[in-house]
Amino acid sequence: MRRGPSTFNIASIVLGLAFLYAPIVILVIYSFNASRLVTVWGGFSTRWYKALLQDAQMLDAVWMTVRVGAVSATFSTILGVLAAIALVRGGFRGRTVFAGGIYATLVMPEVILGLSLLLLFVSVGLPRGFWTVTLGHTTLTLAYATVVVQARLRSFDRNLEEAAQDLGCPPWKAFLLVTLPLIAPAVAAAWVLAFTLSLDDLVIASFTSGPGATTLPMRLYSQVRLGVDPKINAISTILIGLVATGVIATYLVQQRAARRGDQRS
Amino acid sequence: MNGRAQIGGIRSSFAPWEDPAAKPLVRFEGVSRAFGDTAAVRSVDLSIYEGEFFALLGPSGCGKTTLMRLLAGFESPDAGRILLEGRDISSCPPHQRPIHMMFQAYALFPHLSVAGNIAFGLKRQGVPRTEIGPRVEEMLSLMKLEGLGGRRPDQLSGGQRQRVALARALAPRPRILLLDEPMAALDRKLREETQFELMAVQQSLGMTFMIVTHDQDEAMVVADRIAIMRAGEIVQIGRPAEIYETPVDRYVAGFVGDVNLFEGRAEADPAGVRVVSPEGSFVAEGVATPGQTAWLAVRPEKIAVHAEPPPPGENCLAGKIVDYGYLGDWTTYLVEVETGRTLRAARANATRSVDRPLGCDDPVWLTFAPSSAVILTR
Amino acid sequence: MRRGGSGLAAALPLLWLAVFFAFPFMLVGRLSLSDTALSIPPYTPRIDWNQGIAGLQTFARGLDIEAYARLISDTLYLDAWLSSLRLAGIATVLLLIIGYPIAYGISRCPPALRQALVMAVILPFWTSFLIRIYAWIAILKPAGVLNIALGALGLPPVDILNTEIAVLLGLVYAYLPFMVLPLYAVLDRQDHSLIEAAQDLGATPFSAFWRVTFPLSLSGAAAGALLCFIPMSGEFVIPDLLGGSETLMLGRVIWTEFFANRDWPAASAVAIALLATLLVPILLFERQQKQVIA
Repeated sequence: MRRGPSTFNIASIVLGLAFLYAPIVILVIYSFNASRLVTVWGGFSTRWYKALLQDAQMLDAVWMTVRVGAVSATFSTILGVLAAIALVRGGFRGRTVFAGGIYATLVMPEVILGLSLLLLFVSVGLPRGFWTVTLGHTTLTLAYATVVVQARLRSFDRNLEEAAQDLGCPPWKAFLLVTLPLIAPAVAAAWVLAFTLSLDDLVIASFTSGPGATTLPMRLYSQVRLGVDPKINAISTILIGLVATGVIATYLVQQRAARRGDQRS
Repeated sequence: MNGRAQIGGIRSSFAPWEDPAAKPLVRFEGVSRAFGDTAAVRSVDLSIYEGEFFALLGPSGCGKTTLMRLLAGFESPDAGRILLEGRDISSCPPHQRPIHMMFQAYALFPHLSVAGNIAFGLKRQGVPRTEIGPRVEEMLSLMKLEGLGGRRPDQLSGGQRQRVALARALAPRPRILLLDEPMAALDRKLREETQFELMAVQQSLGMTFMIVTHDQDEAMVVADRIAIMRAGEIVQIGRPAEIYETPVDRYVAGFVGDVNLFEGRAEADPAGVRVVSPEGSFVAEGVATPGQTAWLAVRPEKIAVHAEPPPPGENCLAGKIVDYGYLGDWTTYLVEVETGRTLRAARANATRSVDRPLGCDDPVWLTFAPSSAVILTR
Repeated sequence: MRRGGSGLAAALPLLWLAVFFAFPFMLVGRLSLSDTALSIPPYTPRIDWNQGIAGLQTFARGLDIEAYARLISDTLYLDAWLSSLRLAGIATVLLLIIGYPIAYGISRCPPALRQALVMAVILPFWTSFLIRIYAWIAILKPAGVLNIALGALGLPPVDILNTEIAVLLGLVYAYLPFMVLPLYAVLDRQDHSLIEAAQDLGATPFSAFWRVTFPLSLSGAAAGALLCFIPMSGEFVIPDLLGGSETLMLGRVIWTEFFANRDWPAASAVAIALLATLLVPILLFERQQKQVIA
């Protein structure tokens, strides 16, 4: 039997989580501050949320960001599924180089990636805007999507696919009818992760976007540079709320699925 | 469960492999398959006939699973051909072969219901939708799974899942059904019941089954013929009784059941062959060149154990019991003979005797008839 | 048959990586050797493919190492390079010190709680990076939350915004999940009977940890350290928002050269220098990942 956590273990966890969450909590609290000044608590208010709704530029940026996120997440999930298949089922020549490329994008500083992508778009004369940011974000998030799908595929029972082939499915159809439905949660998780990363990215968007294609992080960044604006707190709180709800819901669904799985065995 | 005797009765006349005019359903011709430097299957020749229940038996790593996967199409031969009804299917992908497989861990699709699993192959065959329902119901009742069609695989017991896997593979009516260690996941009692159910299903559908197993008892019970494999090669093919009673070599003799071997020089004898071994000289039926090294093999249950010295005659050894194991229906004795070797003898417990007549250190005499033993030269 | 299938699956992502990842690096390399021309492209020299070999020769003669010469001569770049590596290095060590007890603590919890705690560590990562760094400005600024709290406790105020301390704080804060997760992964996988065996052989709980658990978790520590160190060296947002004008990090230099000075060749040369520095850690990281898979 494993001994339970010691006082030191509990203290480490509590302090660690406090460190991670304190800034977020403070941000959320101040988004409801009636006063413009951080130092003064002017009572509870939703005025910054109302102001946000009237900020057309901010709303445009949100819309732009969501579109880029959705399209790039879709691209990178498709590529990620293919890459994961190649890596897990591998055995083709050049697999090492391929895996190397995937992991390199995972750790590559975004500044370098952003700069190099911009040079590509300039050299082929692609006008900068929605599509260049989307292509950039696909490249950025591809590795993450691959890693998520790969983890699921590795534990996937190959016999299920063989059983489908044995019963008359060509390989591609066995993948569509059996493998894909079963790895769907991981594919969805990959999409959500790619979408979130895209929503969050400042650096690559800044390098690859052009006039009229300002994303939310770019907008936030320019606001932040001008100083603390309570409207940023408001939009941050909304984003945090959305993400937290989504992630916790996913987590609960997975937990329930896992419990069902436990009962089976 | 109605019938070992009945099934055996029908099957005794079934022997298409002895008919030179019979066309095999499946033929392996010099099939080889290697993985890297390891030859998993080495130039195997094998014929399987329509309606046969065929077993591939061997220890793990002997190539039996590879041979089955070659037939299913998941592996392609490096050399040789595989024929189905005379047509070469070596390069035909698995989904185009009318051969279905029951996977060892069943590989039921967890996202589909029992009915969905069974219907899977039918849909791929393009069976009209109106026919699929009745065919699925038919399979469910054949497998005694009535009312479970709507369940998910994870809501079934181990035995039920096994039957769903069988139903799924049978539903599209394959020309031959492959069973990969179909009972490995079942407990012993369920396994015995399932063996008879499997035979009954095979009989009632008149289909051809090929089973891969490492369990000799299982192969003996279910199969019409058994092929024993070792290191990628088929060592012997025959009816279970042939394999057991007349093994071709020491490997087969030892793999299928227990055996006592006496090694020695062969001499001619009116009753067959005499083997002069350190334990004594013994006679058995068989063929060997005089002067060559030969082995006399005799099964434990064919050795009689006597508490008193028997009248003088051939094939007799004296010794003492060093250990015994009471198995309920049988008792196995380990008997040490004068050379220090331990032999195995088994005795059916035909009468109910709580006071065992024989125990450790009791002197005993072992005898066996020349016709009960075989001569092996390999 | 199957091999062909997975090769086919690789084709599209491989093509993508070639076009959007590998090829652009060559462009960066080429541009770093171009003349410093202000504002917009095209830059000289360009390869005239119509001239064949002769075109390549003309191109080669026109190459210019001016941008690199400046990297060496101007101490600003060298300082930025050194302080990037220094700050990323210090932050990595801090992350190991802070992250290890958290990961170890989680691995000692009951399984159900472990799942939830891992989730809690990951959750902040899903919320906007920019917003989380922005939150620290409100905390650290002279009249911010930290100083209000210190004042309430009767302590003197501190002014650490726009210092290296703030940058380190931001780096540790933002990268903590990336350190905790790989560490937790190896600690969680560890066979607990090893510890019991060590204790059975007479080791105290501490020496069992120190002689068994800790050495076996070093692969996770290496993965976490590389996963944090590499991107931190090129970090832009954190030094830009939390560091003062004197905090120079290469990521920020590339950004400034590019957006403020509009000197693309210089930005490219800095990028190449950063990439060259990170080549060894990246290769180490990849070897590590391959071992994990195998």
